[in-house]
Amino acid sequence: MSALAVRRVTVRYGGVTALEDVDVDVAPGSVVGLIGPNGAGKTTLLNAMTGVARTSSGTIALGSTRLDGRAAHSIARAGVARTYQNVRLFTNLDVAENVRAGAYRLPHALGDLAVIALLERTGVTERDLRRRAGALSYGEQRRLEMARALASQPAILLLDEPAAGMNPLETHSLGETIASVARAGVGILLIEHDMSLVAAVCDTVVVLNFGRVIARGTPREIAHDPAVIEAYLGS
Amino acid sequence: MLGWYAAHSKLIDQIGINALLALSLSIGLRAGQLALAQAAFMGIAAYVGSIGAVEAHLSLPLAMFAGAFAAASVAALLALPLGRLRGVFLAIATIGFGEIARIVEINASVTGGAEGYSNIPNDANTAWIYGTLVVAGLALVAFARTKGALAIAATREDENAARGVGIDVARVRFGTLVAGGALAGCAGVLYAHANFFIAPSDFGFGRMEQILVACVIGGVTSSLGAVIGAAVMTVLPELVRFLADYREVSTGAILLGIVLFAPDGIAGLWRRRV
Repeated sequence: MSALAVRRVTVRYGGVTALEDVDVDVAPGSVVGLIGPNGAGKTTLLNAMTGVARTSSGTIALGSTRLDGRAAHSIARAGVARTYQNVRLFTNLDVAENVRAGAYRLPHALGDLAVIALLERTGVTERDLRRRAGALSYGEQRRLEMARALASQPAILLLDEPAAGMNPLETHSLGETIASVARAGVGILLIEHDMSLVAAVCDTVVVLNFGRVIARGTPREIAHDPAVIEAYLGS
Repeated sequence: MLGWYAAHSKLIDQIGINALLALSLSIGLRAGQLALAQAAFMGIAAYVGSIGAVEAHLSLPLAMFAGAFAAASVAALLALPLGRLRGVFLAIATIGFGEIARIVEINASVTGGAEGYSNIPNDANTAWIYGTLVVAGLALVAFARTKGALAIAATREDENAARGVGIDVARVRFGTLVAGGALAGCAGVLYAHANFFIAPSDFGFGRMEQILVACVIGGVTSSLGAVIGAAVMTVLPELVRFLADYREVSTGAILLGIVLFAPDGIAGLWRRRV
């Protein structure tokens, strides 16, 4: 498994600087939390990592492979999978087709048993593989999106607020899934507002505010960092 | 039976050709592309195949190959500037292309101009038309089980999410437009070789509208649905011939009924979806 290295990445939209000189490392098997107030640039960083947003400067690399400047599909094929802030399933395709689409970069198609194994791993309780994905509950859709991301056997998994809309029990179960995926050697970048989940699963946390990194450290260190407290609560 | 066939052979052949055209449009629609240039591709191939047959004495298979190749090549060139267009903008641009193709056919001397092109060998019989339809249908059914078909469906559903799983959306869109153009080209050559004579008015917006309505009636992402839709759209005007000038109303009424009561088309009625 390769590490993801983001070095001095800047993203500008016209005159607006959404990210400036951001450094982030995601090692294989580690879970890195990315937090910050709304509008801090968290999703922009994820979009830059996945080729959805163009970087103005800086580099993004997976191992020795440069990712910046590459098309989104090419980055996904290199081994970077993601979920979205607002669930983006193929809603008119069925559950199995969604998971199989996730495995598009692999040379072989997934059989039903492999699909079911992924559903079990991510806590999807739906077992009717022919059920339309759009007919699932919101929580099931979120978990199915994660199953789709894992189907590609990624080196790096980027999760954009996966616990949004989940109850505490579901969030706890999600935390266990994230930890088990990391134990399998996948590097995970987790954007999340639920600080209990971040504290439970993240090895390190990077804090963004106004597009800049204002702190990084363990969840405990971050919780007591004056700059982070000011960013969230004001001075 | 033979007598019935002899009396209806033209209609039967027309159903087959329209089914090929509907299938060709459905290839693009499966990827979510509302590219309405099938009539233009059909016309380009019809002229290339016919001129090849008359001037260079090409056999029907060679004329079909030449026509389909020409239509696919034009589709490939068209796909480049259309790559960034989506939805209604793509539809308008491709309708515009269809009009350009028709006007070129009217004004070019090699096509016979507005008076049309005649003396085309009448060698596209029912066996050729339905043989081509069966081959195209089987190819599409076989393709439906591949990763490529899943990539097309994912592209239709959500282009950004499709890119996120590694699907080259631009390539999918290019491929479906070219494949649809080639199949429309086959239909165009068969049409020309089944009718002795072609004119630019055969490949205008009216034809394109007919193909689109056939796909909507059948179900835009179903091969069998497209064939059934084409059959309905071909037979219906004959069944309501007694309505004289009002028979075109039947097309609109059917389309309205399908949109209201079976938005997924006839194919949607047999699909098991929760």
